[in-house]
Amino acid sequence: MIVANRKPLEEILEMIRPYKKILLLGCNECVTVCAAGGQREVGVLASELRLSRAKDGNEIEIREHTLERQCDHEYIDQIRPFVGDYEIVLSMACGAGVQYVAETCRSKLVVPAVDTTFLGVTMEQGVWSERCQGCGNCILDKTGGICPIARCAKSLLNGPCGGSSGGKCEIDKEVDCGWQLIIDRLQELGQMDRYEEIIPVKDWTTARDGGPRKRMREDLRL
Amino acid sequence: MRLNYPSNVKIVKIPCTGRVDIMMILRAFESGVDGVFVAGCLEGECHFLKGNLRAKKRVQYVKGLLDESGIDGARVEMYNLSAAQGQRFAAVAREMTEKVRLLGPSPVKIGR
Ligand code: SF4
Ligand code: SF4
Repeated sequence: MIVANRKPLEEILEMIRPYKKILLLGCNECVTVCAAGGQREVGVLASELRLSRAKDGNEIEIREHTLERQCDHEYIDQIRPFVGDYEIVLSMACGAGVQYVAETCRSKLVVPAVDTTFLGVTMEQGVWSERCQGCGNCILDKTGGICPIARCAKSLLNGPCGGSSGGKCEIDKEVDCGWQLIIDRLQELGQMDRYEEIIPVKDWTTARDGGPRKRMREDLRL
Repeated sequence: MRLNYPSNVKIVKIPCTGRVDIMMILRAFESGVDGVFVAGCLEGECHFLKGNLRAKKRVQYVKGLLDESGIDGARVEMYNLSAAQGQRFAAVAREMTEKVRLLGPSPVKIGR
């Protein structure tokens, strides 16, 4: 899933400072699972905003609404009947959702209430961690199923570097060395011969370096 | 036991402090209360094992939200006492009332 983080209240207050009627839009997908921008977080943020503005004698009207997804037209269309009643849309979706709402409701200013951070997993309730950077050419088959791009601080394709110590990465004693994880896993799988193979220089044009990406399936298009 | 506690304290009954939700506390502040205290069972004695420990974490979280909103997180506290400690309940109610009195009325009320 896409993992995000609620922005500090102060930053959000600044974005909506001139406005008195706002539409606060949550998303039912990834940001709900990582507890950053689902229905519950919409409720909490709305409450914080109302408290803060009431304290300053500058009350605000907030409509709380959570869409199934903010990255699909069919759901965004649901706000068309009433989005015009609000001065600004504060979106709690990931960056993709915020932009798609803005593209769909062109007459409205749409601003983000979360910082979108990474593609990751739920490790336990309340803990999420990064697993993939969407490089566009997956090499997990070569690395025991552990991603060297996302999990090695230097995204080394042939690691570890000299900073690996006691299984931890030199950037932080709390962070596992991605390459130690890869080696441990290859050993577990009896695939240490893979570790001997040099992974060639990666063609990064399939990743963000190649510019904005787009995917199409002709058979599905209408 | 006919114990006195400050008449401004309004009691919201819940089956276990594990039921306390962040929104419950925030709504209370939105309605203009000056302070909230959550009275849970003694630590280690929760009938549902962890209800009061969860409540403690949530109260801590709400403190942060209130601070962020400029309301002062000190207006919400968690206390632990057993159902048999009526005296302590009255004492806690007095202590919290006094604490909130010192903090003054909620800025939400003043703003309105
Ligand atoms: S190799 Fe690329 S696609 Fe595969 S997990 Fe890593 S970043 Fe994601
Ligand atoms: S210590 Fe490990 S994870 Fe950290 S940069 Fe070096 S190889 Fe990558």
